[in-house]
Amino acid sequence: MQNPTKTRVKLLMNEMTSSQHTSGAMRQQQDVQPEPTSAPVLRAEARNLDFWYGATHILKSVSMAVVDCKVTAIIGPSGCGKSTLLRCFNRMHDLYPGNRYSGEIQLYPEDRNLIEMDPGMVRLRIGMVFQKPNPFSKSIFENVAAGLRVRGVADKRILYERVEQALSGAALWDEVKDRLHDSAYGLSGGQQQRLCIARALAPQPDILLLDEPTSALDPIATAKIEDLLTVLRNTVTVIIVTHNMQQAARISDFTAYMHLGKLVEYGVTEKVFTTPQSPMTNDYITGRFG
Amino acid sequence: MSSIPSSVVDADSECLIGGASEAFLRRRAFWNRVAAWLLFAAAAASVLVTIGIVYVLIRDSIPFFEQVPLSEFLTDTQWTPVFKNAHFGVMTLVSATLTVAGIALAVAIPAGLGLAIFLSEYANPKLREAVKPFLELLEGVPTVVYGFFALLFLTPMLQTVIPGLSGFNLLAPGLVMGIMILPYTASVSEDAMRSVPMGLREAGYALGFSRFRVAAQVVIPAALSGITAAFILGMSRAVGETMVVAIAAGQNPNFGFNPLEGAATITAYIVQMAMGDLPHGSIAYQSVFAAGLVLFLITLLFNLIGFYLRRRFREVY
Ligand SMILES: Nc1ncnc2c1ncn2[C@@H]1O[C@H](COP(=O)(O)OP(=O)(O)OP(=O)(O)O)[C@@H](O)[C@H]1O
Ligand SMILES: [Mg+2]
Repeated sequence: MQNPTKTRVKLLMNEMTSSQHTSGAMRQQQDVQPEPTSAPVLRAEARNLDFWYGATHILKSVSMAVVDCKVTAIIGPSGCGKSTLLRCFNRMHDLYPGNRYSGEIQLYPEDRNLIEMDPGMVRLRIGMVFQKPNPFSKSIFENVAAGLRVRGVADKRILYERVEQALSGAALWDEVKDRLHDSAYGLSGGQQQRLCIARALAPQPDILLLDEPTSALDPIATAKIEDLLTVLRNTVTVIIVTHNMQQAARISDFTAYMHLGKLVEYGVTEKVFTTPQSPMTNDYITGRFG
Repeated sequence: MSSIPSSVVDADSECLIGGASEAFLRRRAFWNRVAAWLLFAAAAASVLVTIGIVYVLIRDSIPFFEQVPLSEFLTDTQWTPVFKNAHFGVMTLVSATLTVAGIALAVAIPAGLGLAIFLSEYANPKLREAVKPFLELLEGVPTVVYGFFALLFLTPMLQTVIPGLSGFNLLAPGLVMGIMILPYTASVSEDAMRSVPMGLREAGYALGFSRFRVAAQVVIPAALSGITAAFILGMSRAVGETMVVAIAAGQNPNFGFNPLEGAATITAYIVQMAMGDLPHGSIAYQSVFAAGLVLFLITLLFNLIGFYLRRRFREVY
C-alpha cells in the first residue's frame, strides 16, 4: 500500500469507531461490548509483507491490521494470494523448502515479529481450520484433545472439561456426546469440519485462521458454521478467507480485498461493501469480475 | 423410430459418430475385446498355477493323513519321520518356525518403522534417493549369503557374549532374517506413510506439533493398517524363508521356543528331505507334503490378514 502503515491503522480505527457510532442498529453484538466507543485493540499486524514460493513473488507489500476479537475477512479472485497470506500468519509456509518471507507480522500485545519467532511457538498461539476437513485418524475425543495434550494438559478431568467446552463451542456436542470414543471418520463432512473447528478452538488460540471453511459443505452445514462464527464473534480473533461475498458481508467486521498479491482495499465490512474506495473492489463485489 | 423413413436410418448407419467412422469404431471394439481376453488369460494362468500347487499339496498329503491321525499330527511334540518308532508332531517344526519369525520381527518392526519414519518424515528427497539403493542392495543379497553370515559370523560373535549358545541356533538366523526383511517392511511402511495426505500433517503442525509428534500421532495412526500389513507380509516371508535356517539353525527337530538351541523349521525339514533320496510313497516322503501344506496354510493366513488390512487402510482418510 502507498499509505504508511501507521496512518492506515489510524484510519482503520477511525472507521471502526465511527461505524460503532452510526451502525449500532445493524450489529447485535453492540450490546455485548462494554464500551462501544473504546478504540479497537490490535492482535496482529502485517507490515509490508512480501512472500515468495521459490522464485515466484506472490504477496507484494501487504499491510493489514488484525483487530482483537473481531472477524476479518479476506476476499478476492481465485489465485490472488488469500491462502498464501493467511498461511503466513501461522508460518505454514515453513513446512516446505524454498519459501521466503520479507517484512513483518507483529504480534500483540508483546509486539514481536512472528516471522522471526520459532514456527512451533507461533502455531501454539495461532490455530487454523483448513478448506478440506482433516480430522486425525483417531477418536472424536482424541481429535479435540490433541491440541491440549501437546500443550501439556494431561489431567483426564481437565481434558474432558475442555473437550466438552470446545465441542459445545463448535455446536457439535449434542451430536457427538454419546460417541466421543468412536472414530472421527464416522462423522459427516460438515460434522468433521465443526470437529476441526473444535480442535482448533480447544487450546484457546489468540487468533483463529479459517481458509474457506465452508467451501466443501452444503448450505445447511455452511449455515451452522456461519452461526458458530457469529457466536465466536467478540470472544475470538478470527481471520477468514472466503469466496462467498454474502458470507463475508454477513459474518465479518473487517474486509480485505486482494488482487494479484496486493491488498487493494481494507476497512470496515459495511463500508467496503457499500462504498468501496477502489474501482477494482467495486467490480469484484458487484460481480463484474472474478 | 417407426415414423422415420428407412432411407434416413440407412444413412444413419454410415454417418460419423463424433468424427469417427463406423468401421473404425468396429475395429476399436474388436481390439478392446482382444486386449481384455489377453489380460484375462494372464490373470487366469496365475490363478490356475496357484490352484495346481494347492491341488498337488492336498492330493499328496491325503495318503499321509490316512496313516497319521490329525490329532497326533497337531499335538505330538516329536518329529521323527525316518525313525523306526516314527512320530509326526508337526508343532515341533512349527515352534522353531515361529521362534525364528518372531525374532526376525523383533528386529524388523522397530528398525523398519524407524527407517520408514526417517525416510518419509525427516529425509529430504535427495537423501531419500541416496538411501533407497542401499535398501535395494540389501534386498538383493542372495539368501545363501545371509545364511553363511549367520552361521560363520554372527553365531561365533554372539557366542562370545552368550556362552550357552549352540553352534546351530535360532537366534542368529532370526536376527539375520530380521535384517533381510527390513528393506521390504521399511519400504512398504514408508509407502503407507507417504500416502497420508499432506493436509493431515498440516493439521498437526497447525496445532503446534513437533515433527516427531506429527509422525507418531498423525502419520502412523493414519497409516496404521498399511504398516501392520507390511509387517504381516514380512512375517509371512520370514516363515517361508528357507536358506538361512537350513544353514544356520541346524536340522534337529526340537520342540520348544528356546532361541539358544538349534532346531529344524518347516522349510529346513522340507529342503533336507528333498535333498535326500527318500523312497517314493514312503511315509517320510508323504510327510514332506503334509509339512508343505502346513507351511502353505500359515503363509496363506498371514497373507489374508495382510490383504484385509491393506484394503481397510485404503478407506481410512
Ligand atoms: N506451493 C506453491 N508453489 C508455487 N506457487 C504457488 C504455490 N501455491 C500457490 N501458488 C500460487 O500462488 C498464487 C496464490 O495462491 P493462493 O493459494 O494464495 O490463492 P488464493 O487466493 O487462495 O486462491 P483460491 O481462492 O483459489 O484458493 C497462485 O497464483 C498460485 O498459483
Ligand atoms: Mg485459497
